[in-house]
Amino acid sequence: MPAMNMIQALNSALDTMLAADPNVLVFGEDVGYFGGVFRVTDGLQKKHGVTRCFDTPIGEAGIIGAAIGMSAYGLRPVVEIQFADYIYPAYDQIVSEAARIRYRSAGDFHVPLTIRTPYGGGIFGGQTHSQSPEALFTHVAGVKTVIPSNPRDAKGLLISAIEDDDPVIFLEPKRLYNGPFDGHHERPIQPWSKHPLSEVPEGHYTVPLGKAAVARPGEALTVLVYGTMVHVAIAAAEESGIDAEVIDLRTLMPVDIETIVKSVEKTGRCLVAHEATLTSGFGAELCALVQEHCFYHLEAPIRRVAGWDMPYPHAFEWDYFPGPGRVADGMRRVMEK
Amino acid sequence: MRNRGKLSLHIPEPKQRPGDRPDFSDVVVPDAGLVERPRIDAKARDIAPLAYSLIRVLDNEARIVGPWDPKLDAETLRKGLRAMMLTRAYDDRMYRAQRQGKISFYVKSTGEEATSVAVAQALERDDMCFPSYRQQGLLIARGYPMLDMMCQCYSNARDPLKGRQLPIMYSSREYGFFTISGNLGTQYPQAVGWALASAYKGDDRIAASWIGEGATAEGDFHHALTFASVYRAPVLLIVVNNQWAISSFQGIAGGEETTFAAKAIGYGLPGLRVDGNDYLAVYAAAQWAAERARANLGATLIELYTYRAEGHSTSDDPSRYRPSDEWKAWPMGDPIERLKRHLIGVGAWTEKQHDALGEELAALVRETQREAEAIGSLAEGSQKQTMFEDVYKEMPWHLRRQMKEAGR
Repeated sequence: MPAMNMIQALNSALDTMLAADPNVLVFGEDVGYFGGVFRVTDGLQKKHGVTRCFDTPIGEAGIIGAAIGMSAYGLRPVVEIQFADYIYPAYDQIVSEAARIRYRSAGDFHVPLTIRTPYGGGIFGGQTHSQSPEALFTHVAGVKTVIPSNPRDAKGLLISAIEDDDPVIFLEPKRLYNGPFDGHHERPIQPWSKHPLSEVPEGHYTVPLGKAAVARPGEALTVLVYGTMVHVAIAAAEESGIDAEVIDLRTLMPVDIETIVKSVEKTGRCLVAHEATLTSGFGAELCALVQEHCFYHLEAPIRRVAGWDMPYPHAFEWDYFPGPGRVADGMRRVMEK
Repeated sequence: MRNRGKLSLHIPEPKQRPGDRPDFSDVVVPDAGLVERPRIDAKARDIAPLAYSLIRVLDNEARIVGPWDPKLDAETLRKGLRAMMLTRAYDDRMYRAQRQGKISFYVKSTGEEATSVAVAQALERDDMCFPSYRQQGLLIARGYPMLDMMCQCYSNARDPLKGRQLPIMYSSREYGFFTISGNLGTQYPQAVGWALASAYKGDDRIAASWIGEGATAEGDFHHALTFASVYRAPVLLIVVNNQWAISSFQGIAGGEETTFAAKAIGYGLPGLRVDGNDYLAVYAAAQWAAERARANLGATLIELYTYRAEGHSTSDDPSRYRPSDEWKAWPMGDPIERLKRHLIGVGAWTEKQHDALGEELAALVRETQREAEAIGSLAEGSQKQTMFEDVYKEMPWHLRRQMKEAGR
């Protein structure tokens, strides 16, 4: 199996699906000839032709509106929104249209649309290239929300998302594109090639939506994370010596409640961590679910570690980012009681 | 010393308000037949004046004049007349059903019937329509079962949408009618996307979409025009300018200084401005744009200039913001009356036939309504058991759990 970074794995998923299904189209700002600002669509236009992978005007609502119309025709569009921060002009098309078309038409029409978009901080992108808007989508009935944390999952999950008959928001942790970043920004960047999950099968395979993975087995407490925070949580466990079980959710909606419950019933303790702002973040939903399903197994209050409730501050990125130190503190406090 | 004038803020206002005499003297109504009909492969920039004129085929005596005559036989015209009359009869009946408390909401299309029916007739049956909420004439012209339309409005056991949508928010893939949103303008880029898909597949079907002049202020309108122009989408982009967006006159949407058809010019698209109450002119414009689209020459923006004769919906009272008898003064008349006069003028129709058809259609609508009411109404909640379905293709665990909690 070749070792791939996240970008190559995502590219391989798109390449596989373009080859397998003539109804798959890939488009977005700068994705055609140039291959995308993060290079995820590199070479796809040359290989599959300009009508299969092309550039669009800078108009996110137009991109997603057109993709919905293509879905109504019977195509399976995969669009890129250049940064998750740019998705808001298309929010109406996602929330009022893509999410509801199956329901409102009683199944007469449906929208097998995949929206890929890089999210999260750690690249000094300032407030408009760093946000984590996942909770704005998990709150919307009718869309699925997926976040991979490594190259092997990224390819398998993206193929599942493209083959899924419902709209999927596919959030790509941009800080993980080139390496498994554990929050230690002061250290040299580690390449994916040294990580076991950079072994990516060639050709078609899927990682099912709605299934979490145990990223690090442990006994002391359960840490619920996704995307970049998976690696941060593992680092926090190793560095603190706390034997945390790190659950990589992979799909946020529908979330894999069985894996969560199984782990929390075993450990009796739970920490939730995400890069997005704290208040009304997806962590709030996770806390509520753990409380509803596992209350009598809990030995301590559930805690959250998250981004502070503010816009992503450019010069103070590492003061905002919930790094391994803060996550380890969170673990210790859950272990105190 | 600064010697500059004081700025003042301009808020557009319509000329008349309740109590004023209707006055359309500032509406320029050019004689029919004057506007040239360009070749379908004309460059958009060469035909820009079409966006500022008014394509009219029927003159004041309801005779066909000029180059936009679509040369339709009497049978086709009688079909169009029947579909417009049936739409009006249906609207009248359903409006009354709402006033009687039988349905929750209704939207009439009175005076605007040609804007749907004539376009439906000019398109092929398998072309795809992305309507706004006042295009029930499309379904009627395409022969969609009226019983299903009514059952949708009644949200009863036969409602194809299972009680999930407001009355009139129909959906029918089979009849080429995209599910109506209720959020304005969203259908416009979607129609462009459908058209791009058809072009990508090498299909020969085209798309059409309708938007009100009020909603042209939405970003989706402009995205649609940009994408349609960039990719030469085979799509008809229709603006129904019925002068009123609920209580806001068309000046609030940007109609004071230009026409809605002229919005096309900046995007490099042809813009046609058409008398929307002239069935033949609407047909001819749609036919021209459809031919152009099918020849891979791209999209056309068509402004259908008309007047909303009734309130915005059953929740609206237009006497609060405009002269109540304004429609009667509309200088371009009533699309049904004008087509009827034309057909009578050429000896293809009579007053007697017209009255008989009117009675026949009213009876048909009454009878269909009885059938719909026999099936049931909103109050019965007859499709409630399906409420949790179709959120996703497969019901996820959390919805299964909520369904159980709801006792289903």
